[in-house]
Amino acid sequence: MVRYIINRLLWMIPVILGVLLIAFFLSSVAPGRVADSILGYDAPEEDKLALEEEMGLNDPFIVRYGRYVWGIVTRGDLGNSYKTRQPVLTEILSKFPNTLKLTFFAVLVALIIGIPLGVVAAVKQYSAIDNATMVFALFGVSVPQFWFALMMMLIFSVKLKLLPAITTGNGALGWILPVAMVGIANVGMIARTTRSSMLEVIRQDYIRTARAKGQKEGAVIFKHALRNSLIPVAATLGNTIASSLGGSIIAESIFSVNGVGLYMLNAINGRDWPAVQGGLAFLAVVFSIVMLFIDLLYTVIDPRLKDEFNAKNKMKANKRAAKRAAREAARSAQA
Amino acid sequence: MAKLYTPAMAKVDKRKAKELARNNGKEVKSSPTKEAWKRLKRNKLAIVGMIVLIIIFVIAIIGPWIAPYDYTAPDYENWNQKPSSEHIMGTDPYGRDIFSRLIIGARYSVPIGFLIVIFAFAVGGTLGAIAAYYGGKVDMIIMRILDVFQSIPPMLMAIAVVAVLGNGIINLIISIVISSLPARARIVRASILTVKRNDYIESAKAMGASNKRQLVKFMLPNALGPILTSFTFSVATAILTISSLSYIGLGITEPAPEWGAMLSAGKAYLRTAPHVLLFPGLAIMITVLALNLFGDGIRDALDPRLK
Repeated sequence: MVRYIINRLLWMIPVILGVLLIAFFLSSVAPGRVADSILGYDAPEEDKLALEEEMGLNDPFIVRYGRYVWGIVTRGDLGNSYKTRQPVLTEILSKFPNTLKLTFFAVLVALIIGIPLGVVAAVKQYSAIDNATMVFALFGVSVPQFWFALMMMLIFSVKLKLLPAITTGNGALGWILPVAMVGIANVGMIARTTRSSMLEVIRQDYIRTARAKGQKEGAVIFKHALRNSLIPVAATLGNTIASSLGGSIIAESIFSVNGVGLYMLNAINGRDWPAVQGGLAFLAVVFSIVMLFIDLLYTVIDPRLKDEFNAKNKMKANKRAAKRAAREAARSAQA
Repeated sequence: MAKLYTPAMAKVDKRKAKELARNNGKEVKSSPTKEAWKRLKRNKLAIVGMIVLIIIFVIAIIGPWIAPYDYTAPDYENWNQKPSSEHIMGTDPYGRDIFSRLIIGARYSVPIGFLIVIFAFAVGGTLGAIAAYYGGKVDMIIMRILDVFQSIPPMLMAIAVVAVLGNGIINLIISIVISSLPARARIVRASILTVKRNDYIESAKAMGASNKRQLVKFMLPNALGPILTSFTFSVATAILTISSLSYIGLGITEPAPEWGAMLSAGKAYLRTAPHVLLFPGLAIMITVLALNLFGDGIRDALDPRLK
């Protein structure tokens, strides 16, 4: 187990280097001259050339990339914003809590609503509750999030005047609409995944055994069935978080949440590439770390997997491949 | 265990008898595809989804001939007008007829969504198939590189790529294809891996089929089920992504009547003219809903165990 965690941590290094490479590559092929962005178009040509030389922009790509990575590793330096001249990392860190809050609550709400809905739908298969739940879930995965947000804004902010349409400065109330917007797609996704995996588990022999030995229905469902059917749900948790993070970026621009997403979108409009690149790198690195935790969470939900890590190398590899295949099957089923 | 004759089995027998009668007592040869099609036909919701999709396709094709107004013609006297008998969905902030724009808009989201998924499967699928077929080091290298791409959430990736490339349909397609590559590669890889273990692949190999022949002729057709299922869902996701990007001003922008771009242009009028925002969103939702219903149907038809 410890070895597995260490392996995964070591594997993070090339992944993060790769992510940084993508971010760095994208912003280095971005149109427009860096010197123009910093000094303005009207600045004299000599100044621009001098600045480019000073910033080392004439060095080969690999050298500049190396310097970029070195700066991050040694000083946590993601570069300075062209606009504000402030270090990008400082700006991002000040905004990240808002993005984190939004993503976290959206995922949490989706889990709290989605899993019970899926369970109820599966237990009462083909009933009115099942149909209603599945219609709702289908609506959730089909509605464009941003449009859903606009319609909620129209109903709750404009017509009923119950909820504020802007998050910043409105306390907890301001978070309801953005969380609902990001959560809606995932509620549907999670309810659908839970339902289909529950349906599969409920037909297993061990459920019949549990019932036969006189176990209470509640215990059968929650202790025997739910726990086993949560594995595919956990498998899609990575997707859920990824889509919530993506949704948060758009939610931030709709509800004026002062987060990394809005920061990046503003930076894109202002051609402020270090900020775009920094935001991309930062969120991607955070996301990879979260994915690592999810993989470890797997072992908590399904202790069978823990034994694999302790088993001999060969078996370990085999089972891990099986696990990955299962995860991919779950992913492909819902993607 | 004693053999049970359940109502479900009775139903199946009844259906078989009916079919036999219909075909004058001759038993019709059946193939997995035919069986799947039969199952799909029985799924009412999936058929509804399919019909809606066909209607949207037809609208996209004949759009210019059925649109009541010129979708580009502004009318500054009558902007943001509420739906009326003249303009059944009202007019937009430039006084253009929203209904006509929605009809022409079907020519953007839907074909672009399909194109994106086709490209994503062509590129990602090839990578996934190569990885699964050759296994070992090749598999490891390809999958590790895809791991890196997958560490960036798709929406974030799409935003970053389209931001660098600039707005435009081609750039939008490229950005969403790149952002959805890893997922597509994984689906194809997983389904080829399951097929690869079958005996008929062994026998094809023993008979001296080339790598390419084994892969294209024997593995791909048999791995098509999950790929087809995910294809429909992927188009739905792609259409949602296209409209989201256009909404935040990346990708397709005004004056193109793309549904997301129409919403983007109308967002300032939420208070005064909500109808400008209502209809394009409904159009996106109906299209995506139809794709999801049809996708559910295909999934259940190809994998009857799940229902």
